[in-house]
Amino acid sequence: MSQPHPSGASSSDHHDDALHVHEGSLRSYLTGFVLAAILTIIPFWLVMNQVIDSRAATIAIVLILAVAQIVVHIVYFLHLDTRSEGGWNMLAFIFSTVLVVIVLGASIWVLYHENMNMMPGMMPTTSQPQHSMPMPMSMPMTMTTPSS
Amino acid sequence: MSTDAIASSRRPAPTFYCREEPPVHNGTLLGFWIYLMSDCFIFASLFVANAVLGTQYAGGPTGSQVFDLVGLAWNTALLLVSSVTFGFAMLQIQQGNKRAMLGWLAISGLLAAGFVGLEIHEFVDMIAQGAGPGRSAFLSSFFALVGTHGLHVTFGVIWLVVLMVQLNRYGATPDNIRRLRCLSMFWHFLDLVWVGVFSYVYLVGVLR
Repeated sequence: MSQPHPSGASSSDHHDDALHVHEGSLRSYLTGFVLAAILTIIPFWLVMNQVIDSRAATIAIVLILAVAQIVVHIVYFLHLDTRSEGGWNMLAFIFSTVLVVIVLGASIWVLYHENMNMMPGMMPTTSQPQHSMPMPMSMPMTMTTPSS
Repeated sequence: MSTDAIASSRRPAPTFYCREEPPVHNGTLLGFWIYLMSDCFIFASLFVANAVLGTQYAGGPTGSQVFDLVGLAWNTALLLVSSVTFGFAMLQIQQGNKRAMLGWLAISGLLAAGFVGLEIHEFVDMIAQGAGPGRSAFLSSFFALVGTHGLHVTFGVIWLVVLMVQLNRYGATPDNIRRLRCLSMFWHFLDLVWVGVFSYVYLVGVLR
């Protein structure tokens, strides 16, 4: 990295233009449009006509198609590749994708279980007022270590 | 660059920078991209709120009772087509055809304005039915997420109109083209977020 490369001058020829950006072509926009339209119509069709009996399966398919369509948009409309802005676009994108996945996944996971454990049925009866913080049912028993 | 100065003050010969790295003539596009990535987090947190609160109806209407999927299909089509027509406007940069560029931009702007109009109509309808943002946690998270996206699109349209005036008056100068590229990223990014909105908030919201 830190060593000056002998062939460095030749690679900078591609960057003479101050506004050199991957612009896309008519072909890429039309391909993206057709793919995005197909990936939009399928989930609408599935949900509006209730094609599949299983709701869980329908939700899973809708979400998978959404991810596929987001990839189509990134590739064909935003023209994200490893070369644009010297790779920094891709780096920033990967970084934020990782963070978004952590934020989305972990928050949904944590808050879902919190919701489950804060259900009214899970609350202790009012005959024990000293337990102001009820212990959730799913709390592992190892938490209550015997005091020696 | 500062390390270069320090290094040269001690000994002259070695250079500790990468010659392969392309020179950054204009950091605006990268900066704008990083803004969009940070915008991802706003939407991600709003999506989380909707995911967690999406079934807290508080005895109020559920998703399948208030969502109009036909209207949603129209909205989705408007935004998708507007994304493509904006791409066509960007292609005119290479052709250098200002009239065609302005034409495609105007079409994109009208389609996005139609999207905002339909969304406002939907919101007004829902509030009139008693399904306003104050009704339940589900509706609060719905209005927060979809409203934030709608505000983004609205500001995008305002930006587009300003830029069209600039383009018309000063032509496709490098400054205007740079602004146009930023707006283009913004435009496609909002369409990308909408994919998540219509898939998760509406289609999954109807099912759960």
